[in-house]
Amino acid sequence: MQNKQTNQKSSSLTLKHAPLGVRIFFFAAVLILPFILQVFGNAWVRIADFALLYVLLALGLNIVVGYAGLLDLGYVAFFAVGAYMYALLSSPQLTNAFPWIAALFPDGLHTPLYIAIPLSALLAGLFGLVLGAPTLKLRGDYLAIVTLGFGEIIRVFINNLDRPVNITNGPKGIGEIDPFSVMGVPLSRKLDLGFTEIPSVTLYYYLFIVLVGFSILICSRLEHSRIGRAWMAIREDEVAAKAMGVNTRNLKLTAFGMGATFGGVSGAMFASFQSFVSPESFSLTESVMIVAMVVLGGIGYLPGVVLGALLLAALPEVLRYVAGPLQEMTGGRLDAAILRQLLIALAMVSVMLLRPRGLWPSPDHSEQDQISNDDDNVERAKVVTAGVTDA
Amino acid sequence: MLESLNSGAATDPALSARFTLSVTGVSKSFGGLQALKNIDLNIAQGTIHGLIGPNGAGKTTFFNIITGLYTADAGEFRLLDKPYKPSEVHEVARAGIARTFQNIRLFKEMSVLENVMVGRHVRTHSGLIGAIFRTSSFKREEHDIKLRAHALLDYVGIERFAQFKAKNLSYGDQRRLEIARALATDPHLLALDEPAAGMNATEKLELKELIQQIRRDGKTVLLIEHDVKLVMGLCKTITVLDYGTKIAEGSPSEVQKNARVIEAYLGSGPVKTDPKSQSNTSATE
Repeated sequence: MQNKQTNQKSSSLTLKHAPLGVRIFFFAAVLILPFILQVFGNAWVRIADFALLYVLLALGLNIVVGYAGLLDLGYVAFFAVGAYMYALLSSPQLTNAFPWIAALFPDGLHTPLYIAIPLSALLAGLFGLVLGAPTLKLRGDYLAIVTLGFGEIIRVFINNLDRPVNITNGPKGIGEIDPFSVMGVPLSRKLDLGFTEIPSVTLYYYLFIVLVGFSILICSRLEHSRIGRAWMAIREDEVAAKAMGVNTRNLKLTAFGMGATFGGVSGAMFASFQSFVSPESFSLTESVMIVAMVVLGGIGYLPGVVLGALLLAALPEVLRYVAGPLQEMTGGRLDAAILRQLLIALAMVSVMLLRPRGLWPSPDHSEQDQISNDDDNVERAKVVTAGVTDA
Repeated sequence: MLESLNSGAATDPALSARFTLSVTGVSKSFGGLQALKNIDLNIAQGTIHGLIGPNGAGKTTFFNIITGLYTADAGEFRLLDKPYKPSEVHEVARAGIARTFQNIRLFKEMSVLENVMVGRHVRTHSGLIGAIFRTSSFKREEHDIKLRAHALLDYVGIERFAQFKAKNLSYGDQRRLEIARALATDPHLLALDEPAAGMNATEKLELKELIQQIRRDGKTVLLIEHDVKLVMGLCKTITVLDYGTKIAEGSPSEVQKNARVIEAYLGSGPVKTDPKSQSNTSATE
């Protein structure tokens, strides 16, 4: 399935360069992880699930920010669109609000997954184009401001679309969303295998892992394609990209649409996993967090993005448990939530100071196929080129 | 050598055309400043055509107009006898004019190879679906792009740096990479905007050889250059601009003897300040 030749010199997933043993160990670890976490309680598996959802979001945003270089501070809007689309298609919300829909679906509106998820993705993708079209000429700070506004507009809309016609149920949110069921097995209930039981959170974990795997595959394939290269060319120098015949308008729109589609799919996952959505899940803070994940991990480089998302999504939750004892020590004055914010901020500032290109930036292949110390390679490359031109 | 440059080239629709580029009556003004006044220019096929003039003469403005970066107020444009409208930059590249930039504009964080591969964008077609599903046509095209990019890097002599990031190349090699990237678009006309700027004597000599090689391999080259010696040595025809008008055109020796050219460069009457120290902000991007 993997095209060996295309990826041999590419900077895609480093796992591809790893020996077979390491790979098997890695996959085994990923598969066993929820069972280890279960020992400490299902809450930990839930944290892992959310971390995976954030990985999906970060991968999507990476297409827009990392590849095409378009700073999008309203990315959570697409997450929201996907989540609400799925929620509307698979909950009693619409049948309650509109008698004619109730008449059409006497058993309640339970759109099958294979329709609901693509529709969520499609709608989010369309919203991506809607955001992309008017912002084509904007770059950098200006684009950031517009996208930020867009994200807020979507949230405010969702928050207020309960009147005059109740579509989103406003701030109360939509509940009773259908859970996923894969091949007749509902993921919301324990799966009894006879000898052991697999809890719902673990089932979702596997679903999300599969999705993350597919997303990484798609992203890495896009990265090493004509389209991906054109995106990166736009990121590096838009004028030069145009002069090379890259249709920057269409490609920017493609990037927005593609990124938004990822957001829409993760939104649908989120809605079904939580079985409840409300506007407060889609605040500006979420957008900022997703951007932070991409930047902190290593912008434009898939392993870095995944790492950044996992760290930033899981750390706050882990800190929640660690902060408990600290809170007791200080007599409750040091609130866990405050401490969490403080530590996260501290971690981000120090990472950006110490590793400005992210925790795991894309390697510099200045020595062919050899991934070693980044700065070292840059130096060596300079020496080599200098030697050549002097000669 | 020749094969690497022309393999897969867009078929020449008008091989019989005398002029690769033929523009008439190009005018452009920025506010009150008339940067170009009624310029005609014909670039004969398979030649190196020089465009010189003191700073602020309108060279770069003209260059940016034919490549679509600026829109001309008036003028007619023909590429290989086919009219083209330089209104969208990427359309100009598709029509067959590739350019380099006065201040090098590479895709710095991408590898040298990828830079050239981007140049193939305009002559290839695979889209999102092909990329995601790795269709056989996608793989074939990708393979061709890669082969062609390697061949072009070899052609300009920087193949050994293929996996380097573009920003890590030396200055002279970055210029070469820009040329390779431009050639990757299979241009009818290769337009070089001050390619020798900032180069030392050896690098200039190597560049001169490269440009001559490109011409020998059948490309038409438009060269904007400050280095008069380089232009005189390379070009078959030279056009001289001053204050937005064409003051002379002809072979290097004709242009050298032209009184108006001497006046434009050296001034007449009392000695003026060195024109090279003046900025040409209005004309540069």
